[in-house]
Amino acid sequence: MLTDKPAGDCHCTEPASPEELRRRLDEIITEYKDKPGGLIPVLQIAQGLYGYLPDEVVRRISLGLDKPYSEVAGVITFYSFFSTRPRGEHMVRVCLGTACYVRGGKQVLDAFKKELGIDVGETTADRKYTLEVARCFGACGLAPAITIDDVVHQRVKPTKIREILAKHMQAAAVAKGA
Amino acid sequence: MAKVTIDGIEVDVAEGTTILDAASSAGVHIPTLCFLKDVQAIGACRICLVEIEGARDLAASCVMPVSDGMKVRTNTPRVREARKTVVELLLSEHDGDCTTCNRNEDCELQAVAHEIGVTENRYEGAKSKRTLDASTPALRRNTAKCILCRRCVTICSEVQGVTALFPQYRGFKTVVGPAFNKDLDTVACVQCGQCGAVCPVGAIIENDQIEEVWAALGNPNKHVVVQTAPAIRAALGECFGYPPGTRVKGQMVSALRRIGFQGVFDTNFTADLTIMEEGTELLLRLKKALVDKQEAHLPMFTSCSPGWIRFAEYFYPDMLPNLSTCKSPQQMMGAVVKSHYAKKVGKKPEDIFMVSIMPCTAKKAEAKRAEMNANGVADVDVVLTTRELGRMITQAGIDFRSLPDGTMDTPLGESTGAADIFANTGGVMEAALRTAYEIVTGQPFPFENLHVKPIEGLAGVKEASIPIKDTVPEWAFLRGATLNVAVAHGLGNARKVIERIKKGEAHYHFIEIMTCPGGCIGGGGQPRMTGNDTRKARIAAIYAEDEHRDLRKSHENPAVQKLYAEFLGHPLGHKSHELLHTTYTARAKIKAN
Ligand code: SF4
Ligand code: SF4
Ligand code: SF4
Ligand code: FES
Ligand code: FES
Repeated sequence: MLTDKPAGDCHCTEPASPEELRRRLDEIITEYKDKPGGLIPVLQIAQGLYGYLPDEVVRRISLGLDKPYSEVAGVITFYSFFSTRPRGEHMVRVCLGTACYVRGGKQVLDAFKKELGIDVGETTADRKYTLEVARCFGACGLAPAITIDDVVHQRVKPTKIREILAKHMQAAAVAKGA
Repeated sequence: MAKVTIDGIEVDVAEGTTILDAASSAGVHIPTLCFLKDVQAIGACRICLVEIEGARDLAASCVMPVSDGMKVRTNTPRVREARKTVVELLLSEHDGDCTTCNRNEDCELQAVAHEIGVTENRYEGAKSKRTLDASTPALRRNTAKCILCRRCVTICSEVQGVTALFPQYRGFKTVVGPAFNKDLDTVACVQCGQCGAVCPVGAIIENDQIEEVWAALGNPNKHVVVQTAPAIRAALGECFGYPPGTRVKGQMVSALRRIGFQGVFDTNFTADLTIMEEGTELLLRLKKALVDKQEAHLPMFTSCSPGWIRFAEYFYPDMLPNLSTCKSPQQMMGAVVKSHYAKKVGKKPEDIFMVSIMPCTAKKAEAKRAEMNANGVADVDVVLTTRELGRMITQAGIDFRSLPDGTMDTPLGESTGAADIFANTGGVMEAALRTAYEIVTGQPFPFENLHVKPIEGLAGVKEASIPIKDTVPEWAFLRGATLNVAVAHGLGNARKVIERIKKGEAHYHFIEIMTCPGGCIGGGGQPRMTGNDTRKARIAAIYAEDEHRDLRKSHENPAVQKLYAEFLGHPLGHKSHELLHTTYTARAKIKAN
C-alpha cells in the first residue's frame, strides 16, 4: 500500500503497549476460533507479537479458542520453535551435531555460556541474547559451526567468540540504521 | 470374509478384522499394552508384534487388518525376541518398585513381562522423569511409572470430553500429564478417575486412604460407621476372583463387620431419600413453569454424580441453576448420620467417623467440598473405592470367599430396588419415574416389570417419553402432559446432550447424567479392567438385585417414611433444605497462578 506520510514518521520499531498487544491477540483469536487447525497459526502469530509465549497469553488462547489448556501446552512443548520463555533480541545457536561435537562444539558452547553468563535455553538479563543448541546446520565441512540470528559462523574458536559477537552487533546496528 | 491362518489354525473372519481379533477367535492370545478394547488401537507400544508370512517387518497385530490367505505366526523366535526387547526397554526406563507399588499383582506391565518370560534386563537406561502429583483429593500421579500408552489421554478426551491429560514435550522428555506437566489441579479435571481405571500401570492411581480408616478404627474416641454405594455389591467380588456380575452384598456386609465398623449402613437408604427429594423438586419445578409461568430452570439435571457436577461447574456454569439441588446419596447419608443418628446413639457429630465405600474417585473430592458439612463437620470423613475396600479386606486377613451373608443395620440399611438401580446408567431416572408417576397419577407404574427399557443399556444417549393420562387432584395441571426424559453416561455424551439443548434441538424435562461409562458400575474406583462385557455383567447383577426385592419403589421404603415422620418433616422442607440440599459454584478452567 502506498502512503503519503513522510518516511520519517514511521513508528514501526516502537514497542506496542500491552493493551494494544492484547487487542491484536484477541483479534487473531476471534479470526481463528472455530477454524479447524487454527491453534498452530494462532500460537505462531502470538509468538510473533510477544517474542515468546508468556503464560497469560497461552491461557488467553486456550480459553479464547476453547481448546483445553493441556492440549495447547502439549502442542507448544512438542514444537521446538515455540518458546514459553522470553527470547533475547539475538539468538545464538551452537551446533552439537556429530561433526561439530567432535571438532570442539562443546567447548564453543561452554565459552558462550561463560561469556553470556547464562545456560542453554536462557536469555541474558538485558534481553540481548538467548542461547540454544542445535543439531547440524549442514555446515559440517567447516565445523564447529554456530549461528547468530540467521548468520552462520564456521570454524569457531572458543577464544574468538567475544569478537564474533561484537562484529555481529555492529552489522546488526548498521542494518537497523539503514 | 477372509481366510487366515494363525499359528497353523485356520479361521474365517470378516474383512478388516485385526490380526489381534482374528487370533483371539483362533484361541491364540497375543499380549497387548496400549491397546484398549472399544477405546483405543494406535499401535504405539509394539508388544503385540507378530510375523506375517512374506512380509519383511513384524506387524503390530492390534492395528494390522487381515487379508485373505494371510498366514500369521505369533510365537517364533523373532517375535519372542522382539517382544522381550520392547518390554526390557520399557523396564529400563521404569520406576519398577513393584513391592511397594499400588498396582503390584494388578499390573499389566508386570503381567506381560511375566507372560513373555522376561527374566533379566539387558538394557541400562536413564529412568523416566519422576513427577509426583498429590494435588487432588482423588488421584495420585507418578510419571516415572508411565509407559506412555496414552490410554488415559484417549479416555479423558474422547470418552469424557475433558482433555485434562495430553502428551507434553517430545522424544525422551515426553510425559503424559496436565499442561506443562504441572499438577492436575491446575487444569479442569473432574476427578472421575477413568484415567486411572484404564492405566495399565501404577502411573495414575486412586488416593489410597486405607490407613486413615485403620487409624479411626483404632481410635477409642471415634464411633466409626460405614456406608456402601449400590454399585459395590456387583463388583467387589472381582477383587477375590469372582467373575464380574457376582452379587456379594451379604459377604460384603460380613466383611465390614469383621473389619470393625460399628454401624453398617446402605447408601441405598439415602438413594431412596434422594428420589423423594429430587422427585418432589422436579414436580415443583414443573408446577412453577406450567402453573405459575415462572422461570423454573428446566430441564432439571440429576446431581448424584460428583464428576458431572464438576464438569458442569467448569464447562457449563450457565447450566448450574438446572442442576437438582439435592446432595448425592453419599452426602445425604453423612448428613443424616451426623444429625439424627448421632442423637439416637448419644454421640456428638465430631465423634462420629463416617466412611463411604464408593465405586468412584470423584466421591473423594465431593466429600472434601466446603459446602458438605451440614452439622458443622464434614458429612463424610473418608471415601474408599471398591479397590481399596478389597485391599482392606485382604489386609485384615479375611477370607472373603468363605464369609457367610450378613445384613445391614436398620433403619439406615433399609432400601428398595429403586435404590439398587442407581448403580446403572438409566437407573436414577427409572427410580425417579417409578415414584413421580405414582405420586402424580395415583396409579401403579405401567411398565413391564417396572423397567423403562429405552433408557437401559449402554447406548450413550437414551430418551423416553412418559404420557400422563389422569392425575390426582393436586397435580391436575399435568393431566394429559408428556414427560420427556434423557439419560447420558460418559461426560462426552453429556456434552452432546447439552449442546443439543442449547441449540434448541432437544426439549426435555428431566435428564440423568452419570460421569462414567455404564454408570457407577463402571466407576473409576471399580476393580480393573472394566470393558463393556464387564459393564454388562455388573448391570445385569444390579437389575437382579432390584428384581429380587419385595419393595422396588423409593416411596414405599418404610424406613424413609419414618425418617420424614420422626425427623425431616416433608420432602424439601426446612430440615431437608438444611441437611440434604447444596449449592454449586462456577470454576475457572485454568487455575490462577
Ligand atoms: S507399575 Fe507395575 S511394573 Fe511398575 S512398579 Fe508398579 S507393579 Fe511394578
Ligand atoms: S480424573 Fe477424569 S477428568 Fe481427570 S484426568 Fe482423569 S479422566 Fe481426565
Ligand atoms: S499414565 Fe498410564 S494410561 Fe496414561 S499414558 Fe501413562 S501408562 Fe498410559
Ligand atoms: S554437525 Fe554441526 S553443522 Fe553439521
Ligand atoms: S498393543 Fe498393539 S501396539 Fe500396543
